[in-house]
Amino acid sequence: MNKPAEPNSFRTGPDDAGMFGIFGGRFVAETLMPLILDLQEHWEAAKNDPAFAAELAYLGTHYTGRPSPLYFAARLTEHLGGAKVYFKRDELNHTGSHKINNCLGQILLARRMGKTRIIAETGAGQHGVATATVAARFGLPCVVYMGATDVERQAPNVFRMKLLGAEVKPVSAGHGTLKDAMNEALRDWVTNVEDTYYLIGTAAGPHPYPEMVRDFQSVIGTEVKEQIVTAEGRLPDLLVAAVGGGSNAIGLFHPFLDDKDVSIVGVEAGGRGLSGDEHCASLTAGRPGVLHGNRTYLLQNEDGQIKDGHSISAGLDYPGIGPEHSWLKESGRVDYVPIMDHEALEAFQLLTRLEGIIPALEPSHALAEVVKRAPTMGKEKIIVMNLCGRGDKDVFSVARHLDMDI
Amino acid sequence: MTATRIDTLFAKLRQENRPALVTYFMGGDPDYATALSIMKALPKAGSDIIELGMPFSDPMADGPAIQAAGLRALKGGQTLAKTLQMARSFRQEDDHTPIVMMGYYNPIYIYGVERFLKDAVEAGIDGLIIVDLPPEMDAELCLPALRAGINFIRLATPTTDDKRLPKVLENTSGFVYYVSMTGITGSALTDTAKVSAAVARIKGHTELPVCVGFGVKTASQARVIGAAADGVVVGTAIVNAIANVLGPDGKTTADPAEAVSTLVRGLAEGVKEARL
Repeated sequence: MNKPAEPNSFRTGPDDAGMFGIFGGRFVAETLMPLILDLQEHWEAAKNDPAFAAELAYLGTHYTGRPSPLYFAARLTEHLGGAKVYFKRDELNHTGSHKINNCLGQILLARRMGKTRIIAETGAGQHGVATATVAARFGLPCVVYMGATDVERQAPNVFRMKLLGAEVKPVSAGHGTLKDAMNEALRDWVTNVEDTYYLIGTAAGPHPYPEMVRDFQSVIGTEVKEQIVTAEGRLPDLLVAAVGGGSNAIGLFHPFLDDKDVSIVGVEAGGRGLSGDEHCASLTAGRPGVLHGNRTYLLQNEDGQIKDGHSISAGLDYPGIGPEHSWLKESGRVDYVPIMDHEALEAFQLLTRLEGIIPALEPSHALAEVVKRAPTMGKEKIIVMNLCGRGDKDVFSVARHLDMDI
Repeated sequence: MTATRIDTLFAKLRQENRPALVTYFMGGDPDYATALSIMKALPKAGSDIIELGMPFSDPMADGPAIQAAGLRALKGGQTLAKTLQMARSFRQEDDHTPIVMMGYYNPIYIYGVERFLKDAVEAGIDGLIIVDLPPEMDAELCLPALRAGINFIRLATPTTDDKRLPKVLENTSGFVYYVSMTGITGSALTDTAKVSAAVARIKGHTELPVCVGFGVKTASQARVIGAAADGVVVGTAIVNAIANVLGPDGKTTADPAEAVSTLVRGLAEGVKEARL
């Protein structure tokens, strides 16, 4: 395939049809089409409404705790012996991850639309917890679909969602992971079209979700831009973030896409290695296809059947990826690399010991890439990594992987 | 485009003043040979149009019965190429019963749109129903299919209001498939009067026949729905008839083609009585 000519800006997408190049779009059943068009109309109105922005900013400051700090990891930097490593600490947000940024934005939109019932899918449970949290905050009933496998490996988050008043529905179809939860959420939405708002957790799905989720998460990159200039007087040399569906990554990357001197790396779940089926590296090892409302890179077989994939991290365990990432890969603006389960597990322990921060397994993948790259870069270079979630939810499964009794 | 087998059939049924019985089954469920025998049995039992399901790993608009049927077919090794082969084999014995392939876009996208249309025409396919291709995505497959002489049958739903209906109907041909409810396949049909009103509303916008599906399981439902609609689609009930003769090990406990035929004969009676 010929590489398309480099665009003047990497920040103009999607087009009116919801496309980023050939990626994105609105591949949904007719029942949902009027709902998606309605959502788009309300989203266009909301994003141009200063009152909407003001309410979101207020909640960001006083409910989430924004801006999250940009932290210079001195001991890790010293240990790696190369570039300076900074963490964008979205793991300090209320609910423990970046997911709340998007949930607050979308629930405000749901209220504007007069919707009275919230549904969501979740993998690691971080998005489910964030959705259950905002649903509680605004007094709306909430149903969270979660793969049965994930219900088991993310038990603490399941309990948190229940405490928050959400109904957690385990989905046993397929391998019982995020993809299956998303199928079931779509089935709920197609059935309950009148009153229900589907609060998608990642920058994927039919237009306008990828754009909308990106815009709500871009607060991450916008803050980093200010904070790093304050700290270092210049922009970083490298941005690193983990990609499952890709919402934390696009939130960090998007404000920097036109800063050509900033290199950008997205880190996929390499699972047990790319040679078999036990990974979730859709950009590295998949090919473009159509699933869950958008065209994007997918793990699939030669007949177009979607594979289940595997990752130690439930949040990265998805065979697709947000469409804008697919476009950023093909345009060459962002590099995407895999990190294996065991590398993420090592990085998890390293950060815990060196900085006293227990990261989630998702950003542990990004961290493993930082561990590889920082030593190869000069001491004057700067890396910013999105530490998008805290690891409290993962301690039980990490204990299992390390054969430790707790 | 020139008249397809679908157009010819509806012209004939108009003369007979009866609605069409449209039957859905999953290609390759529970295995290729059994599914082909079911397909061959359908017209003999009274089915007018065959909807040949293309299995997909992630059928977002389908209920548990059709999800399970798709998984059985995939487990049995079904692929899009084999589903096309099934149609080709069927056509050697039956050159008049319309075949509509129904499923999701990704397997076709991966097969290659142009290659798929060429093979579909050659296999004797008359129409396509692709759940996740709304009119906004017509350039993907709908327009190429029309150019190839294959009907692209669109789903209209209770959420398709009068403002949107013209867009949905614009490139639709063969017939319009009215989805009787907001929901997934296999849900319970609740309000038949509402369905009849919706059929009348759609007919106000198009000359095309309107068939109704989702939730029709019995001969008496087929009779009631068929009074207003030009066709009645039955899917989940047929898929269940197959599942009912499969043991826990997946082996058949009775002939699935015979089980399906018994059901379809009853439905065909219901459809014939619809306008009496």
